Amino acid sequence: MKYLVCISKVPDTTAKISFKNEDKEFNSDGVTFIMNPTDEWYALVRALELKEASGGQVTVINVGPKDNEKFLRSAIAIGADDAVLIEANEETESYYIAKNIAKYAQENGYNFVITGKETISFNSFSLGGMIAEFMDLPFINQATQWMLNGEVSTIYKEIEGGEEVLEVTGNCVISAQKGMAEQRLANMKGIMMAKTKPLAIIPIALGEEKVQVSQYQVTPPRGNCKMFTLDQIDELVQALQSEAKVI
Amino acid sequence: MNTSTDYFLVDEMLTEEQRLIRRSVRDFVDRDIIPIIDSYAQKHEYIPDLMPKLGALGALGPYIPEEYGGAGLDQISYGIIMQELERGDSAVRSAASVQSSLVMYPIFTYGTEEQKRKYLPKLASGEMIGCFGLTEPNHGSNPAGMETKIIEKSDHFVLNGAKMWITNSPLADIAVVWAKDEQGQVRGLIVERGMNGFSTPTTHNKWSLRASATGELVFQDVAVPKENLFPDIRGLKGPLSCLNSARYGISWGVIGAAIHCYEVALKYASERNQFGKPLGGFQLQQKKLAEAITEITKAQLLSWRLGVLKNENRATPAQISMAKRNNVEIAINIARELRQMLGGMGIMGEFPMMRHAANLESVITYEGTHDIHLLITGMDVTGINAFG
Repeated sequence: MKYLVCISKVPDTTAKISFKNEDKEFNSDGVTFIMNPTDEWYALVRALELKEASGGQVTVINVGPKDNEKFLRSAIAIGADDAVLIEANEETESYYIAKNIAKYAQENGYNFVITGKETISFNSFSLGGMIAEFMDLPFINQATQWMLNGEVSTIYKEIEGGEEVLEVTGNCVISAQKGMAEQRLANMKGIMMAKTKPLAIIPIALGEEKVQVSQYQVTPPRGNCKMFTLDQIDELVQALQSEAKVI
Repeated sequence: MNTSTDYFLVDEMLTEEQRLIRRSVRDFVDRDIIPIIDSYAQKHEYIPDLMPKLGALGALGPYIPEEYGGAGLDQISYGIIMQELERGDSAVRSAASVQSSLVMYPIFTYGTEEQKRKYLPKLASGEMIGCFGLTEPNHGSNPAGMETKIIEKSDHFVLNGAKMWITNSPLADIAVVWAKDEQGQVRGLIVERGMNGFSTPTTHNKWSLRASATGELVFQDVAVPKENLFPDIRGLKGPLSCLNSARYGISWGVIGAAIHCYEVALKYASERNQFGKPLGGFQLQQKKLAEAITEITKAQLLSWRLGVLKNENRATPAQISMAKRNNVEIAINIARELRQMLGGMGIMGEFPMMRHAANLESVITYEGTHDIHLLITGMDVTGINAFG
């Protein structure tokens, strides 16, 4: 089986988020970027586990600038067999990325395309569904478990109040979330081997951005908390009326 | 607010692999060490399965070539691994230091091909634990006075003597032991657990490195096969070369402990309010933080440069002494000073300063005491030996 795992670059979880260019652009000054955790911990590691159990090839892919190569090298150090960077100017919108990944997956005969549930940067949840649409494949989102028996995938999803068990025959696109696998650390040998494994850089093939961000807005910081005790009900009501002006 | 602990962008002097190594070891420490370390240190117990975990990560003998189970890394990578492990705890770094520099290094450098094949892969994976016996009850800073002896017999040596302050001795499967032969020359040999007359009593009641197993090595007429001797190395340069490698690692390691204290103190200073403003807004607190990051930065540059020299095989023992001495001192001072920033909370196990400060009391003592390293620098610059 051939597994294609989509790897995004996202700001480190401790990064201070701000915007520039009249709030149209993310301000990356002084921000450390990491591999998107759900791509790394769940999508990549589960693909590696399935490959280790029954053979195959795990390729990691990113659409973005050449500098993103380092995130793909990190994924190789964790165990991916090879990597593809579809070189684009900068991070761009999901439609454009999905179109290019789908084209690559189709042309190179991948059985499964796997993404993390979402990128922790823009939380758009959109890539997997679009790739599936472009490839005319079923899409299972937010999967918590994935077993593969021959051609048949058994996939678990959390639903409100319970769990859903799905069976998919043949190729599909899956977005993975917590439960799918455990984080795997790159060990020293993996890191040293990473530079010897293939990383192809190919030019962007389909370049049509359909969605532009017109503005980002930062949620205003939460105001100070005012505490009332049980015997201050009157003061509470008054504050809600005159200060918070919500009643 | 600049929360970086890489103030002079030392990162930019690292290779992509070295940065990946740091990230991987840091993730390991954040995931597997920091959440549990206080509990083991409080209980005065070593962390179970630590060695196989370090082995799986590739942190044991990382610079040993791949054919013997290592990862074939360079010396800066080794330093980075030590730094990140000690950010977790000096006990964790000590375990990795001893296995790498004091057990695998001498076997790789002085051992026979059979010894390398027999021991190195298992030591690299953590399946086998090693320890190093040089210090004796009556001979600490003066190893030349050692009393442990080997006497040659037809197909074996008879080993007698005792070693103390031995990291991992209670857990060890093998010990690299330095002893004098009948000609009074220091020789190195590998003693295996189970050999008659060999025991490893545990040292109890430490106030430092409490998550590390420390003990003695006691040899009473232990018959050690001749094939366990390092064939060619004679004299103190054998064990001292091991100490050079370990001391180099310590110079990096302690920066990790200092960084951890600094990270915690800086965060605390921005969150804790007194007199209506954050602690970080007071001049005396800023002094502590500013001095800490300055000293961390200087130590990083010292170790990085030493790593470059070591990669080029040009690092001198005196340079290594200077780096070990300086970096341990700044780390212990940072741990003590920044502990005060946390007030009463600073003495609690939820925060790392007290544990790091207590650990660093051992680190400033072992692998050459603080004073001995000063005398090494003194001798280097004056040409006059002031030890005896």
